[in-house]
Amino acid sequence: MYGRKVKLRFLFVTLILVTLILTVFLILKSLEENVVYFQSPTEIKTLSELDTNKIRVGGMVKKNSINVNSDEVNFIITDFKNEINVSYSGAVPNLFAEEKGVVAEGFLKDRNFFSATKILAKHDENYMPPEVKKALEEK
Amino acid sequence: MIYSVVGHYSLILGLCIGLILVYFSIQNFRNFNQLDNKILSFSFLQLFFVVVSFLALVISFIISDFSNETVFNNSHTTKPLFYKISGTWGNHEGSLLLWLLVLTLFIFIFLLRTKNQPIKYKILTLVFQQVIIIGFFLFLILTSNPFNYLFPVPNEGLGLNPILQDPALAIHPPILYLGYVGSSIIFSSALAATTLKMVSTNWAIHIKKWVLISWIFLTLGILLGSIWAYYELGWGGFWFWDPVENVSLMPWLALTTLLHCILVLERKETLTSWVIILSIATFTLSMCGTFLVRSGILNSVHTFANDPERGLFILIFLFTLIFLSLLIFFVFHKPSQNNQANFFWLSKETSILINNWFMMYFLSVVLIGTVYPIFLDVISSQKISVGPPFYHKLIIPFLIPFLLMMAIGPKLKWIKSDLKDKIYLFSLLVISVLISFFIVKNFNANVLVNTILISAALYLFFITLRDFFIKKYKNLAQNIAHFGFSLLILSILFNNLFSSEIITNLKVGETYNGSKTKIVFESINQKKQKNYNSIIANFSITNSEGINNNLSPELRIYNQPKITTSEADIKTTLMKDKFIVINLVQNQDYFNVRYQVKPFMLWIWLSVMIISLGGLISLLKKRT
Repeated sequence: MYGRKVKLRFLFVTLILVTLILTVFLILKSLEENVVYFQSPTEIKTLSELDTNKIRVGGMVKKNSINVNSDEVNFIITDFKNEINVSYSGAVPNLFAEEKGVVAEGFLKDRNFFSATKILAKHDENYMPPEVKKALEEK
Repeated sequence: MIYSVVGHYSLILGLCIGLILVYFSIQNFRNFNQLDNKILSFSFLQLFFVVVSFLALVISFIISDFSNETVFNNSHTTKPLFYKISGTWGNHEGSLLLWLLVLTLFIFIFLLRTKNQPIKYKILTLVFQQVIIIGFFLFLILTSNPFNYLFPVPNEGLGLNPILQDPALAIHPPILYLGYVGSSIIFSSALAATTLKMVSTNWAIHIKKWVLISWIFLTLGILLGSIWAYYELGWGGFWFWDPVENVSLMPWLALTTLLHCILVLERKETLTSWVIILSIATFTLSMCGTFLVRSGILNSVHTFANDPERGLFILIFLFTLIFLSLLIFFVFHKPSQNNQANFFWLSKETSILINNWFMMYFLSVVLIGTVYPIFLDVISSQKISVGPPFYHKLIIPFLIPFLLMMAIGPKLKWIKSDLKDKIYLFSLLVISVLISFFIVKNFNANVLVNTILISAALYLFFITLRDFFIKKYKNLAQNIAHFGFSLLILSILFNNLFSSEIITNLKVGETYNGSKTKIVFESINQKKQKNYNSIIANFSITNSEGINNNLSPELRIYNQPKITTSEADIKTTLMKDKFIVINLVQNQDYFNVRYQVKPFMLWIWLSVMIISLGGLISLLKKRT
């Protein structure tokens, strides 16, 4: 009886361990695939190869760069060193304005052109996305 | 001015009483026989001082006393009275004072209402709770005093962030905090029970009430936040997997798991380690929630105030608490061995245990997704974000066995069981699969995954629905909660599958002609309100069936602080919501228009209410 119980316990512990390892592996694997990196226009300029994954670009919306037509919104994100053209067809957040911080999520077409799928809202005028703050501080 | 002084000194007195209480408790603990009356009086006095302090802050907000820094930063004379009051907890300092208020209130109620439990246990719970309370007093007084003076006194305040000026968000923090802080009682009493080695069925019956109370409030608090995000943030979604949302979901998952463990422990002395660990986890996760939201560490789309120094204090406090509680757990807790023998695979507790593991898995997914970006930023200063696909991919597949287990589990008996009604259970499964296949087939989306998911949810739906008729009032609470959950998952799935969206830029007078929908931007009116100017746009929307709707979304340009918010116009019907929101793009004639048809939105909210109703019924039910 005793032997059987120990065997069962052993089986149980192994099962849990295997599940745990699998779980951690699974989580980390899909984390790797689904993470969105943040880049400033300058970082994009210096990329050795173009990232095909979804990324976020942050900086300031350049003055007089917003251009709207019925399908899309075009504007330029700048970090005062380099800039990148963004085209976007989607809903624009409230505080999206020229000379304000912005974070756009989407895909790079080339080093100068970014096609955004989402523009992130910020709720507070004094609030700046930490990413943007950092990018601007580094200028 | 006078109110700030009163409030400030009340806080200090409250802190002193906390220290006195710890001293008395230890004395009382040594020569126990009876609960010292002094303890009860001092607890009341502490509660009284915190209430005074809280009221002082509320009054400062009402009379717009700008000599108070918190009021200056978060209020404005033109703000409506309701939002002046809700502004009290709409900021970091005030919300922590509210935390403290609920902490002291709950321990007082606990002392009053707990009967038939050993004196030692009550005292020890009080001591642990006081440790938390003293920590919060210190945190409040040292790093985020709500009663700081400003001199010279400004004439006008900076105003409350307009998106927070909303009825749902005004009551969202108090409700959520009742849930968060309710878990502090569970934490303290679990530690006390561990120390005294009385984690048993008797204790489980006693603590279940507290678990249910915080669970109900937490559920409703999350619901309110979600409803607010839906109509105020203008994205038309109800859950964004945003860090701020995730931190409220994590304690909920832990608390729900704890609730199920308690249900087992009520009947059988097992899962004691689960109960203790989960009690600790729920409270620490709740504290993490407040910490992450208020410290500004999270890179969130709805981040509010930022201050890293405060974060450090809470972080140290949090780690001390975790360390101490784990120490208590490992030193005092000896799991009983004799119950291991009669643990059978096919029983209610096994099914609960399996779903507990699933919930722990969901919890770790959310935890990793939320914390990993912070972690990576600290070690490599790389900025990343983890989006919805991560959560969907990892959670959705496991929802299927989870739902099936939720359906079958309650059919099993405690301890040892065999499955009755096999034919009937199986035939319902087949019916669910068939129905969902026919629903999904007509839409192009991923047929296999959706069919399986919907059938799992439908299965739970049918089984719980049938149980209402055959089981009558037996286990009504569980049945209602599970029924609500199946309804929630179904609504979310259908909402996801059948939502449609049009985003376009229109000038006044222009028309958008889509394949199914025609949107006419008829006109705009401007109106001046007390603390904002509003631009109301009038749209006439015709869908493919020729039904015409007039919707009028609004833009509000607040004067202090100068922020524009968009107020969505939503036509809610039983089956679907029509949602339209506009935005003005700077210096352009174009309005950015977003129109969505979202089926079953109402049911998402209703089903969460049904889930909490289950909790409420369980709370009110007399134990037989």
